[in-house]
Amino acid sequence: MRPLQHLFGIADMDREQIEYLLNLGESFIDINRRPLKKAPTLRGKTIINLFFENSTRTRTSFELAGKRLSADVINISASTSATKKGESLLDTGQTLAAMQPHVLVIRHSVSGACEFLADYLGHTSIVNAGDGAHEHPTQILTDLLTLRCAGGYIGKTVTIVGDIAHSRVARSHLLAARLMGYQVRLVAPKTLMPAEVERFGCEVFHEFDDAIPGSDILYMLRMQTERLTDNCSFPSVREYHEAYGLNRKRLQAAAEGCLVMHPGPMNRGVEIATDVADSARALILNQVEHGVAIRMAVLTALCGGQQHLGRPGPSKKMTMEAMHVQGSLL
Amino acid sequence: MSTARLLIRGGRVIDPANQVDEICDLWIENGCIAGTGKFDGVAESAIDADGSIVCPGLIDMHVHLREPGQEWKEDIESGSRAAVAGGVTSMCCMPNTGPHIDHAGVALQIIERARQVGLCHVHPIGAVTKNLDGRELTEMRELTRAGCVAFSDDGMPIWHAGVMRKALEYASSFGFMVIQHAEELELTKGGAINEGWVSTQLGVTGMPVEGEDSMIARDIMLARRIDARYHVAHISSKGAVELVRAARAEGLKVTAEAAPHHFAMTEEEVLGFNADAKMSPPLRTETDRLAVIEGLRDGTIDVIATDHAPHHEDDKRCGLSCAAFGIVGLETMLPVSLQLVRDGVLSLSDMLAKMTSNPASLLGLDSGTLSIGSAADITIFDPEATWTVDRDKLVSKGKNTPWHGKEMTGQVTHTLKAGHLVYAAGEVRA
Repeated sequence: MRPLQHLFGIADMDREQIEYLLNLGESFIDINRRPLKKAPTLRGKTIINLFFENSTRTRTSFELAGKRLSADVINISASTSATKKGESLLDTGQTLAAMQPHVLVIRHSVSGACEFLADYLGHTSIVNAGDGAHEHPTQILTDLLTLRCAGGYIGKTVTIVGDIAHSRVARSHLLAARLMGYQVRLVAPKTLMPAEVERFGCEVFHEFDDAIPGSDILYMLRMQTERLTDNCSFPSVREYHEAYGLNRKRLQAAAEGCLVMHPGPMNRGVEIATDVADSARALILNQVEHGVAIRMAVLTALCGGQQHLGRPGPSKKMTMEAMHVQGSLL
Repeated sequence: MSTARLLIRGGRVIDPANQVDEICDLWIENGCIAGTGKFDGVAESAIDADGSIVCPGLIDMHVHLREPGQEWKEDIESGSRAAVAGGVTSMCCMPNTGPHIDHAGVALQIIERARQVGLCHVHPIGAVTKNLDGRELTEMRELTRAGCVAFSDDGMPIWHAGVMRKALEYASSFGFMVIQHAEELELTKGGAINEGWVSTQLGVTGMPVEGEDSMIARDIMLARRIDARYHVAHISSKGAVELVRAARAEGLKVTAEAAPHHFAMTEEEVLGFNADAKMSPPLRTETDRLAVIEGLRDGTIDVIATDHAPHHEDDKRCGLSCAAFGIVGLETMLPVSLQLVRDGVLSLSDMLAKMTSNPASLLGLDSGTLSIGSAADITIFDPEATWTVDRDKLVSKGKNTPWHGKEMTGQVTHTLKAGHLVYAAGEVRA
């Protein structure tokens, strides 16, 4: 397997690496359910969670993942001003890297923040916990593990609904779908759809109801209501819920066995109705649970499993085309 | 028997303004061009130009020299050194300095400082509006008396239609043109790169091409009845080229310049979050690039100008979305543009016209030719020599080039200003 030095995004990964992490993640699920949730795998390793954006679940998930594997974990919430965030990113990153952690887990509002920092941080491994509207690879690995446990993802149709334009989750899924063999449908008004997104090889819908038949998973994105005033992207929460919210009626229109996912945190009554969120079809809490297992796998692969993974040079960034070729060769 | 102070022997002399393209000698006396043809006399010194091109010193009508106000990015001396290293002997500096070139004192200061440095002619472009804030017109007439050769708020568009109309009317009253940085800010707000497939893959906010096109369309409408001189800076899109082409066919006094990066590169260059390929207007698609090339070929685009925009590395080292807009261009202008000749888009003479006689005639400069008696501003280059761009070896203070590590074909060997060798053998000479 091509070794992992960093986890920047799905764009840098191949199918073998993803499957390796899913297998490893699956093996960690049980540890989290045991009364004594501790393994010595990462004893003596230092992990810093550096979060420039607010996050509760992702940060907690990484923190628990590290602690349950006996690593020393430190959390840093760096506040950012709108104009200076770039500078403070480099300085903060270099300062923390100088303290010789094994892994820096970074969330930042600037797309490409992790790749940018990696050029300056020597041999510290970097995990992308969400960069701008670019990628959120551990969320996608989490989703794939959740789907694997719920019957598999290969050949399935995942319908992603919401603010695609600003969603790193949607981008990472679009990349993963081509590698791992599932289909993606996107649903949003044109104001929330990025330019030329169909070139990812997905289907694009503007009416949610048109996309529901044939969907195996309805994947609801969090609607950030500040977009409403920001740039006229949608006229009101009321109209958004009417057009793009997942309610019981829409869920009933879907195929039997159609599952519901959400990367959290949810806006109940906006993108998802409460009764749907709490229904047996919703895998939302399974996603949260598997998130810890996947992050344990990622941290292990980056700093625990070096004996068999090796320490390669900087990872090569790939274009979609290159990735597609690689995917098709596997 | 004639005598000369300096003889340039046996080069291919190309003088687009005079339709000269022949292998001959060129000699200089008293800082002026004294003759071309077969020299049979005694010269005090000689340059062997066998195999090289001898042309008028290049004119770059769009640079940012950052002085006064941002000397850590560039100053008049470092910018002049970069210019002559790139074969440029005259350049026009944009007014977004601090203070802005919005009153005569700043223009006079820049001209005087450039004269002291003595390497390259510097012609300021005056601001259209005070403080470049798009509201009140500057004292344009006085600015022209102080040496400004045209007007622009470059870096910012002249956004409000009412102000733009008045600016076109007022500047054209005195025969000067308004240079527009065409960018509808409402459409480009928050954007860092071209909007399209690349911005979608990177998750970076894009700047839609309509931001450029819509403002140019508006400006052409405004210029029409006024019969004003309107010049589009750094044209980058297919739509913009088509608008300018149609305006010219109509007989309007509309002109345009293209920057080398816009005809040599596409948005693909920013994949990998390359902040050194971020500028405004952004690198666009292959369709746009080809349209700019076609505009250069058919004469829609009169001028090649670099939009040389040096930045300190701190301004670029903060992630693509936060990085400053702009790249340096003076030292790569000629070799990048020579690709147009190798690709058969333009003859060497027509290509050189776009960086010599064309900008000179647009701006009313007396440079840009090799006419007998004119000042001997001359560039000599080897069109076949290859070299690799190394950001650390750039003469400019700005190291923000997307060509780092790339091989260039065509190298400036000598630059003369008024008969003085200001650049030779890889060294700038004070």
